[in-house]
Amino acid sequence: MTNFERFLDTFFNGKVMLKYLPDILSGMVVTIELAVLIVLSGLAAGLSLALIRSLAIRPINWLIIFVVDLFRSLPPLVIIVLMYFGLPYAEVSPSGFVSTWLSLALVLMAFSEEIFWAGITSVHKGQWEAARSTGLSFGQTLMNVVLPQALRITIPPLTNRTIAITKGTALGTVVAVTEILGEASSAVSNSYNPSPLMLGAAAYLVLFLPVVVLARRLETKFAWKR
Amino acid sequence: MIQTFFNIEIIAAAWPIVLSGLLNTVLLSLIVVPLGLFGGLLLALLASIRHPLVRWPLMAWVDFFRAFPPLVLLILLFAGLPFAGLELGGFACVAIAFFLNTGAYYGEIFRAGIDSVPAGQVEAGRSTGLSRLQAMTWIVLPQAVRNVLPDLLSNTLEVVKLTSLGSVVAVPELLYQARQAQSLTYNPTPIVVAAIIYFLMLWPLVRLLSRLENRALAGRR
Repeated sequence: MTNFERFLDTFFNGKVMLKYLPDILSGMVVTIELAVLIVLSGLAAGLSLALIRSLAIRPINWLIIFVVDLFRSLPPLVIIVLMYFGLPYAEVSPSGFVSTWLSLALVLMAFSEEIFWAGITSVHKGQWEAARSTGLSFGQTLMNVVLPQALRITIPPLTNRTIAITKGTALGTVVAVTEILGEASSAVSNSYNPSPLMLGAAAYLVLFLPVVVLARRLETKFAWKR
Repeated sequence: MIQTFFNIEIIAAAWPIVLSGLLNTVLLSLIVVPLGLFGGLLLALLASIRHPLVRWPLMAWVDFFRAFPPLVLLILLFAGLPFAGLELGGFACVAIAFFLNTGAYYGEIFRAGIDSVPAGQVEAGRSTGLSRLQAMTWIVLPQAVRNVLPDLLSNTLEVVKLTSLGSVVAVPELLYQARQAQSLTYNPTPIVVAAIIYFLMLWPLVRLLSRLENRALAGRR
């Protein structure tokens, strides 16, 4: 065997890959489930917090700002570890899946609240006043006048953040979630061959590369029309 | 509850371990942030050669690392390379993975910064007799960095937080040491302490960023 063939045989071993393909695929399903849950709940919570913040109730706003700052400054892995290894001491034992989901959703909530809020404040005061003077209620103004404009300018930073945080599903391996990386790692130790890891890497690219490319297109589109 | 999650005796006992972790986290950050900045600058300078043959592969490179979870990259190096006869150790793997991953992010930021400087600036610089490199170093880059400073800071915050991944490959940084202390004491206090340390260390930066970002977005209306 030449060196190159040996390299292929080690890192791209067809037999090993074929054997562990079902595992990696089931890992992909878990990763997708986690990602969808994180994106939906994180963005919904972030938008809700930003809307509550626009009511301008002082003590509540301080609380929101503190929570947002907290989850922006803590590393996601620390939050996951704290939930998974810490909470059981308080008689609450979330599974690895739930720990990863909640942790990353909280992080996405914090970052997206900040972005949504910046979007809302960027809409000129005159827009509020004009809408209110035509007889729209506070809620109607927010929903029909302010939010549509606010959301436009939040799209580039929001897609970036969402992708970066959703990639964090790989952190689930640390707390025994059987997502792609977890499946790939255990396959490597079972087969004593790194090919499953290459397969896992490919699986991440299959999932996330289209999203990244799409985000780039969205970014340029919204950057042009601003 | 406080006895469990914030036990003073445990804190006293675990403090030396946690402190050494904190020092390593600071040290690690001081290494990987400049490394990432250097990688990013290199990418952005290459991208400023506006030739499609240069620009397209670079864009693909950046998109690749934007799509690839840093932990997967780290595990790939740490668990994969030994099969190629290359045993690098956790620390070196973290350094390489960060150079690649955060370099791509920094590169994208620098590129946006360089693009934000009007071409007339370079032309004016060149017409006074500066070389291309001189014009880039003395005219374009200072303005580019100033224009994207909030993004650079924000990415740096992410990089410092990301050093916690080192714990997965046994680099004795803050999270790793806290987990060691937790399993020695059968008590979650060390992890809580580590979380508080991260928060206190990074909160000022988060505050600053939130101000800068609000101003930047508000300026776009």
